[in-house]
Amino acid sequence: MAAVSTDIPAGADAVNRGRIPERLRGTVLAAAFPLALIVLWHQLVVLTGTRLVPTPYQVGVMMWDFTFGGVHNDAFSGTILTHLLASMQRVYGGFALAMVIGIPLGLLIGKVKLIRQMLDPTLSLLRPIPVTAWLPLSMIFFGLGPRSAVFLVFLGAFYPILLNTVFGVRSVDPRLFEAASMLGCDGSGLFRQVVLPAAMPGIFNGLRLAHGFAWILIVVGEMTGVPTGLGSVIMDGRTLSRTDLVITGMIIIGIAGFLTDRMIVAVNNRVLRWSPQHHG
Amino acid sequence: MVDAQTPPRRQFLGISNVTKTFQLGTDQVQALRSVNLAIAKGEFVCLIGASGCGKSTLLRIIAGFEQPSSGQVSLYEKAITGPGSDRGMVFQDYALFPWMTVRENIAFGPKQKGLARKYVDEITGEYLNMVGLGKFADRFPSQLSGGMKQRVAIARVLANECEVLLMDEPFGALDALTRESLQQELLDIWVRTRVTVIFVTHSVEEAVLLSDRVVVMTAGPGRIEADIPIELARPREVSAIDFNQVRRDITQRLTSHVGRRELKAVA
Repeated sequence: MAAVSTDIPAGADAVNRGRIPERLRGTVLAAAFPLALIVLWHQLVVLTGTRLVPTPYQVGVMMWDFTFGGVHNDAFSGTILTHLLASMQRVYGGFALAMVIGIPLGLLIGKVKLIRQMLDPTLSLLRPIPVTAWLPLSMIFFGLGPRSAVFLVFLGAFYPILLNTVFGVRSVDPRLFEAASMLGCDGSGLFRQVVLPAAMPGIFNGLRLAHGFAWILIVVGEMTGVPTGLGSVIMDGRTLSRTDLVITGMIIIGIAGFLTDRMIVAVNNRVLRWSPQHHG
Repeated sequence: MVDAQTPPRRQFLGISNVTKTFQLGTDQVQALRSVNLAIAKGEFVCLIGASGCGKSTLLRIIAGFEQPSSGQVSLYEKAITGPGSDRGMVFQDYALFPWMTVRENIAFGPKQKGLARKYVDEITGEYLNMVGLGKFADRFPSQLSGGMKQRVAIARVLANECEVLLMDEPFGALDALTRESLQQELLDIWVRTRVTVIFVTHSVEEAVLLSDRVVVMTAGPGRIEADIPIELARPREVSAIDFNQVRRDITQRLTSHVGRRELKAVA
């Protein structure tokens, strides 16, 4: 027993001493792999002598020009904000729309049997249809423009939010609803005070998934002939055979998606601070 | 045995001819058959019996979570049709709202009544102190021990001014020491608030220690086998001779019945 109790502080101390190098080690490990990929990329381009794929350096120059201008001085120089903001508007417009419709509908389908019986078969039939298959119809409904992109993002984000909200409600301990009803809580108060917070772990799962899909779909959405947006930049790059521009657009979408996902995780950890196992 | 056919002057809680049948696939399982029971205001009644005797089902019917297949339960001679704030259930697995702090859990009932914030805070503070959790008011249930969670669950229904405290094996999941102190606290609270308690347990010792009356139930189908008043003076001492006498009597009634049923099953 005594041996164990002296062991614990010693072990804790070792962890403390190792903390900063430990974090550094994590960063180094996380950076090593992409760095190796970039080196490999560079070597392959040089070795094969291809003119179709730019070197990482050329992409770096393109990113600089896209952000600050002053290198190529063409139609894309220094336009990052225009395109990023246009894309973000569509991503978050569609995402917000999916949230506003998906969460309440999910709560109702999860909790009210009548609504579940009424809507579930239809929604299950529509769900397997790929979002991209809606592209022609959405262009007819919404025309060639940003509204079509918002609609596609909405469609892609809607199902993960809806299904995870339903799942979140269905996995709540039914005793919590009994407890609420015996304490005099029912009707709309039940949804606001019990069903919604109890389903939060499921809802946040859905939001993170949907957020990923929203960024994926923005490229598809912006193929519908909009003049701005990161998706349209990638499509322009393709038409002009400017792969440096294509890769620049890809990298910026990756970074924007990653950063906004971290924001959702931060909100998740704040809202679900009562449940440490649901922290991202 | 108390005869429920002749109710007392002003009946508080009445259970008359309650039968409950569950549909299990194609089988019908009778959980309760013509149960009659009258409980006076302020009484502490324990329901005891082996698993499957329908004691929890009876409690859930009183709470209004289940409807009886026939017969009825009434409070102040008014039929119970669903859950209500006059009856508060304390579950074995606590059923606290995990996203609310201790304070918010206790305040939940008073808030539903639309009381002014000041009164809600006052009531919440009072019951927080009654169960001795003042220091833990801002913790989440996931940060509490089992005994503390059950104290919150008790405070939550008391703060709602329930008249009947329904307890479904509330201390069954707790360790022996915590169980003993919670039994004592429950008795103190019962004396202070004079709330009526219906307490389901399968521990004879717990039943004899706590209750005015022990209602013995038997299974297959669930029904009341005996209704035994406990006339031991309070506070009771589990090691006293008269306590053990009563405990032995009740244990015998429980086991003799189980024995008879097994014999019947063999025959």
